[in-house]
Amino acid sequence: MQDREAVQTAARESDALAVERTLAGERDAFRGLVERHSQQLFRLAYRMTGNEHDAEEVVQEAFLRAYRNLGQFGSRANFGTWAYRIAANYAIDRMRQKRTEDARRQTPSALAEEQEQDPLDLVPDERPTPDRLAGNTELRKKMEEALKELSSSERTAFVMRHWEGCAIEEIAAVLKSTTSAAKNTVFRSVQKLRRALEPYVGARGALQAKAAGAAPEPRGTQL
Amino acid sequence: MKHLTEEELIAYRDGETTQREAIAEHLTSCTACRTELDRIEAVLSALDSLPVPERGPEYGRGVWQQIAPRLPEKAGRGWRVWFEPRRWVVIGAMAAIVLGAFVAGRWSKPKDPGSPAASVAQVRERVLVVAVGEHLGKSEMVLMELANATPPAPGQKQINISAEQRRAEDLLDANRLYRETAKQDGDAALASVLDDLERVLMDVAHSPQEVTPAELETIRQRIEAHGILFKVRVVGKELQEREKTTNSAPAATESKARERNKA
Repeated sequence: MQDREAVQTAARESDALAVERTLAGERDAFRGLVERHSQQLFRLAYRMTGNEHDAEEVVQEAFLRAYRNLGQFGSRANFGTWAYRIAANYAIDRMRQKRTEDARRQTPSALAEEQEQDPLDLVPDERPTPDRLAGNTELRKKMEEALKELSSSERTAFVMRHWEGCAIEEIAAVLKSTTSAAKNTVFRSVQKLRRALEPYVGARGALQAKAAGAAPEPRGTQL
Repeated sequence: MKHLTEEELIAYRDGETTQREAIAEHLTSCTACRTELDRIEAVLSALDSLPVPERGPEYGRGVWQQIAPRLPEKAGRGWRVWFEPRRWVVIGAMAAIVLGAFVAGRWSKPKDPGSPAASVAQVRERVLVVAVGEHLGKSEMVLMELANATPPAPGQKQINISAEQRRAEDLLDANRLYRETAKQDGDAALASVLDDLERVLMDVAHSPQEVTPAELETIRQRIEAHGILFKVRVVGKELQEREKTTNSAPAATESKARERNKA
């Protein structure tokens, strides 16, 4: 644990030095920052945009913006967090722009075609296991669709909270909202994903309860 | 104890609740809530199985190669530069020029250059004027509805603003596009109003679906603080007039906005 903290501190100090040198006019000092933080930014950008091409564009644009605005960066020690926030903001813009473009391109007939569902898709998959889930391309498609259905704020909140483990305050800063509004956006995103995916994922809890012979109690009543 | 709500269960799963112990205790004795939590867990675990494409250790180097040619010689020094005393003289002078241009634009009549390029620009501008006018009208409706939302009945603790919220979110995308276009066209005044509007729409879109009267009051105060309803009305009116001018005098080209930004 102490080793990891020491590594993180060293990385932060190294970031701070690279920022100072870049601001002093050494353009190549920025290279270390790019190489150190690219992977993390790509992971975030991919989860937010859902495709590799957009994610790579987000990563590049985030570093370009960071370089152009390096003087605004107050706390030298957390370049990674700052660049992460720039990437998240740009990814939100990119998602909104794409959504508008897609809506413009979408013809009514194409929309109707898209909404037609294979009846077999509606049969719930009741016993998922991690292996089966990973190999289930149909489920994967449904998950990607459900994520696409989220608004850009909801998707950002979900990705940052559940996949990236960000604090609510960090999410609120990216969404430019209050912490209670950010918390609500996280909740709404999970709720929407649940509504969309539960028929395909199945109810592990219900099955376990049935197997144990205990009938679930009706909800909404006093205990 | 009542059954746990979906929100409480999600917050518990997230580690975001202050009542952890009470919820944990309830879960040990309540099969229904445990089942519900397992269902939430099942969906989130399934989502965890979605892969992220691997990027090897060389990825960072590749990103640097892509962006290096596009980097300016010196990194931006941002807002700190604007606090240097000599900058204030320049800022003051610029503000005076912009104000002068704005006032002159308001009182002068459009010129008639009569060139074909100007008429193409005029058609483009007419389309933009109509679209932005409609957008501002819709935005005004949403903000008006929020500003005049019926106070809750006695005993009613929450007010549902989900409909306004959805509309605000839809308007955000369009707003961003119009703001960018106005900026590109050099219409700084319109871009500034759309920028203010975007902040307010974002506030509304990110609020909870159901708000307490106090929260609704905060939203109203934010709308009032930006003076956005007034600005939207003034610009909307101006756009209507601009539309009339471009329709009735096809030869007249440069808009008021262009004139006031030209100087």
